[in-house]
Amino acid sequence: MAEMTYAEAIRDGMRQEMKRDRNVYLYGEDVGIFGGCFGVTAGLFQEFGPERVIDTPITETAIAGSAVGAAAAGLRPIAEIMFVDFMGVCMDEILNQAAKMRYMFGGKAKLPMVIRTPCGAGFSAAAQHSQTLEAWFTHIPGLKVVMPGTAADGKGLMEAAIRDDNPVIFIEHKVLLGAKGEVPEGEYLVPIGKADIKREGTDVTIVAWSLMLSKALAAAESLAQEGISAEVLDPRSLVPLDKEAILNSVKKTGKLVIVHEAVRTSGFGGEIAAIVADEGFDLLDAPIKRVTAPDTPIPFSPVLESAYIPSEEKIIKAVKELF
Amino acid sequence: MEPTKDQLLDIFKTMSTIRAFESKAVELFAAGKLPGFVHLYLGEEAVATGVCANLTIKDYITSTHRGHGHLIAKGGKIDLMMAELFGKKTGYCKGKGGSMHIADVDLGILGANGIVGAGQPISVGAAFACKYRKTDSVTVCFFGDGASNRGTFHESLNMASVWKLPVIFVAENNMYGISNSQKTSMNVADIADRAAAYGIPGVAVDGNDVIAVFEAASEAVKRARRGDGPTLIECKTWRWRGHFEGDPSVYKKPEDQESWLKKDPIPRLEAKLVDLKYATQPELDKIKSEIKAQVEDAVKFAEESALPDIEDVLTDVYAN
Repeated sequence: MAEMTYAEAIRDGMRQEMKRDRNVYLYGEDVGIFGGCFGVTAGLFQEFGPERVIDTPITETAIAGSAVGAAAAGLRPIAEIMFVDFMGVCMDEILNQAAKMRYMFGGKAKLPMVIRTPCGAGFSAAAQHSQTLEAWFTHIPGLKVVMPGTAADGKGLMEAAIRDDNPVIFIEHKVLLGAKGEVPEGEYLVPIGKADIKREGTDVTIVAWSLMLSKALAAAESLAQEGISAEVLDPRSLVPLDKEAILNSVKKTGKLVIVHEAVRTSGFGGEIAAIVADEGFDLLDAPIKRVTAPDTPIPFSPVLESAYIPSEEKIIKAVKELF
Repeated sequence: MEPTKDQLLDIFKTMSTIRAFESKAVELFAAGKLPGFVHLYLGEEAVATGVCANLTIKDYITSTHRGHGHLIAKGGKIDLMMAELFGKKTGYCKGKGGSMHIADVDLGILGANGIVGAGQPISVGAAFACKYRKTDSVTVCFFGDGASNRGTFHESLNMASVWKLPVIFVAENNMYGISNSQKTSMNVADIADRAAAYGIPGVAVDGNDVIAVFEAASEAVKRARRGDGPTLIECKTWRWRGHFEGDPSVYKKPEDQESWLKKDPIPRLEAKLVDLKYATQPELDKIKSEIKAQVEDAVKFAEESALPDIEDVLTDVYAN
């Protein structure tokens, strides 16, 4: 094990796979000598050279669309879209091309491609550079959606995403990039579709992913001091979703709180709530609660932004409402 | 480079196959046998054929909603295509794609496409893969005059030109994007002029003259294989039918339709073949009737094929 930041761990995942398979290459805006807008790709250009770490023009549509063509022709592209907010610029390539090709072609194509993109508020970057949009992609059959919340998961899920024969939307959180954790060295795979219990507990299940995982863990720590034992479950990937793990946890605790940074309406928390209401109604002894951002664009001023982002306090409040 | 005798006879067969396939599709659609939308390539056969005659199985194409001609020209099998049009289990896509989504990745056909302009960035990716692997394969991207106005056009030609990718952009200018004439959609007469914006060659040719198309494509394919980058070829042509079957084309002037029908690319090629003494007219007529029989066989195959299994709704979403 080595201590690494979340950014370093994701980079190490890419590095391992690029060393292993020459069909893997990385491209996007400023991913080369600049090292990526958030530094995640730093050093890869020097290590693998300009043929495999490629700066593109500002051209999200051609980045995403050419990833589809290159993957259909047998390569394994890792494409970076600088902010998840920019995915709207290349949405046809994801919605109608990457996600649907295999099905439309009767199963006769595979598209091993990863689109890496950072989400999240916390830098006063305002409404066009701070969103958390995983729900868009979970609503499109044919895509896998991965959102690591720790450094080790960042590495292991990245390696698994690159080896996956399907389009994977790999959403990194900007606030987590500098967060440190213990990360296995060398080749390391975390299976996509397997949740992880990050803290065991008996009284309430908190499902949280990406940055919200660390807030849920902090809330659980505070709740423990007040005698409430919270289990914190990180699904790690939303598609496929490890619903068995969620149902098993609710079976143990009887209570469920779902936390996500995305806005509330049509957020993925609603989907998890629906699954548990449908398949685990008898397991529940209290209503399902969601802690989310409000249904607004993301404000600029730090005071407004911090009121917008779901906090540890809001999670604690939601949990206590169940007791 | 001019096509050889064998190439020209193959071109004749391919164009005749497209003509027979599409003419049959008109009948079948009118008879209510084909579900969904069907966009036909009648009148435009010289474009796909003249271009694809320069390709091998190792080269890629991306196609459009009006894709039957491209698929046949790249070697697509007409029985599997016809079965797909019928929505049968034996079709190219097991009945999951239909006319607008037929693909055969093993033949380098990266799919017809229901989104106008979507094939452009996909073709850039396939061309990137060819270059990355250091092969001399190329990718041809077919699209229409309508797709020449999409943002995908700009981003794709820009990326392909700056990276010198082996891709040939073939604009099939059939003069209309659904009901809108090219004149009301762009402020240039020749789409080929747009190549200048990317520092690549742009050539406009008579898209109903298969030899002119072949020669332009031959140059562009050679350039791409050499590593000198993309070319934009505009083929001026005319779609005989409506945008889709069932569109009465009220927006077209009858005199325009009539004058373009006179420029039918197939009799023009036949006259050339006879003139060059590559074949006699009776020989050509015999080939055409053999092809019609093959299309009838494809229809029979499609009609006699089983419908898809209901359980197949759920399969092929993800690769394992």
